Amino acid sequence: MSEGLLQIRWHGRGGQGAKTAASMVAEVAVEAGKYAQAAPEYGAEREGAPIKAYTRIAGDMIRVHDAIYYPDIVVVLDDTLVESQRVDSGLSEDGILLVNTRQTPAEVRKGLGLEGRRIYTIDATSIALKEIGRPIPNTVMIGALGAVTGVVDADHIKKSIEKKLGGKLSEGMLKGNFRAVERAFEEVKGENG
Amino acid sequence: MAERMALTGNDSVAYALKQINPDVVAAYPITPQTEMMHKFAAYVADGEVVTEFVPVESEHSAMSAVVGASLAGARACTATSSQGLALMWEILYITASYRCPVVMPVVNRALSGPINIHCDHSDTMGARDAGWIHLYSENCQEAYDNTIQAVRIAEHPDVRLPVMVCLDGFILSHTLEALETNDDEAVRNFIGEYEVADSLLNVEQARTFGAFSLQNYYFEFKKQQADAMERAPVVVEQIGREYGELSGRHYGLLDAYRCEDAELVLVGLGSTMGTVKQAADDLREAEGIKCGVLKVRCFRPLPGEQIRQAVKGAAIVGVMDRAVSFGLGGPLFHEVRSACYGETVGMLNFIYGLGGRDLSLTDAKDTFRALLQAADSGEPEPTVRYIGLRE
Repeated sequence: MSEGLLQIRWHGRGGQGAKTAASMVAEVAVEAGKYAQAAPEYGAEREGAPIKAYTRIAGDMIRVHDAIYYPDIVVVLDDTLVESQRVDSGLSEDGILLVNTRQTPAEVRKGLGLEGRRIYTIDATSIALKEIGRPIPNTVMIGALGAVTGVVDADHIKKSIEKKLGGKLSEGMLKGNFRAVERAFEEVKGENG
Repeated sequence: MAERMALTGNDSVAYALKQINPDVVAAYPITPQTEMMHKFAAYVADGEVVTEFVPVESEHSAMSAVVGASLAGARACTATSSQGLALMWEILYITASYRCPVVMPVVNRALSGPINIHCDHSDTMGARDAGWIHLYSENCQEAYDNTIQAVRIAEHPDVRLPVMVCLDGFILSHTLEALETNDDEAVRNFIGEYEVADSLLNVEQARTFGAFSLQNYYFEFKKQQADAMERAPVVVEQIGREYGELSGRHYGLLDAYRCEDAELVLVGLGSTMGTVKQAADDLREAEGIKCGVLKVRCFRPLPGEQIRQAVKGAAIVGVMDRAVSFGLGGPLFHEVRSACYGETVGMLNFIYGLGGRDLSLTDAKDTFRALLQAADSGEPEPTVRYIGLRE
């Protein structure tokens, strides 16, 4: 496999920004001099339908072009998908599961009946509503991913948001996204508090 | 200076087209090509290219407009997918027979029906006898690099044939990857000015294009096309070397990966070959199975002799087809087997990925294992097998 290959699988619903999040993380990695790949899994696209997206990051060229069946990290943007989609499918023994939910990591663990792995949760939708004014949790979840894994840092995330969404968002929305990312770094919860 | 970027396949080809700065682009949107032409249209609107962009009402019109532009002496391009390519059908043949050096990225997508937007090669395989040169791309880097090289290949005086640059729909077109782009001036110098051999607009040397030709000369026109195709492999290789000097990325007709000592070789096209290369590495490392991969970059003209040389030392060869010629099997398989006529190597055909069905790394390893089993048992039957089919 490519050197230090890290595979991230995103679960969300159409409209929550899973595709954008998968791409932003890859772009940040490329800017940091790494190789990366990001792909959404296109089905019959419609708002609210369950979707998956993939990010791969590595130290050298990534050759594989298949879906991610054995992720190191799973990020879930909508907690109604946790059990219905078996989001932990193929997650490695020491893998990370990060969920947007009001539940605690222990509650998510119990719901899935999952052993091993590391579970983190954050109420990203509430943060997004408060700071951005819309229930789109993707930028918060990128922040939480950065906080938990160190794959991306806050400054790079903010730069990427500005680059990718700067043209589409008002100044206020952009600042809101920045605050949302900062809060993600502070508020993501692991199993030991 | 070369620049590292993160681009989707569509954006990487649009970026190559921006650097090529064609005189005319005529296009009609179709999934999954749409974003490529959106992006290119934005370059036109922003004044980053001088291209005359013609938004036409169908792909038939797109190809017709491009032929007209090309005959008038313009460097002309279009891009399409699937049904769009099918609608261009009659003009595809005309483009090639009028010797228009048109470059067309084709974002591979399954043909209807049932209607499907995802990748297979049924669209371009259907056009394999149209007289175009076909280059297939493994990743976004290659899609970008092939588009630039295609201009030189198409316009080369020994060739003067249209080139389609194939890239897998969604798997490349909508996947963001890290790639290296050349700077604008390097591309400009590499492709040079288009030297028009004959032009409709040159009244000093009036020419007729598209003349009526019956029993008297039609046959000779076809022989000239066949001869041009025969001259193309040398040109594809030469331009691949020159591009290597420019970019550090060298291209040939084939990409033989760990084939020298391989007992098992899988042959195929496009993005899947990256996954298959990984499978070959993994099986060599973990199980000591000598696997090799032969990626056919240039499918038309088919480099038959080079294919034969690359695989003749293997015990068995599997040819992977992302298309079916109904009543025959995989088209690539039949061509590769013909190219290897007289060799004793065993041959199996694996049909996979129709309509975008994923070919996983596990599937790729299982395909090598199926080859191994067929070689060990000495009974490679059935010849045509399907990977990942729900039965």
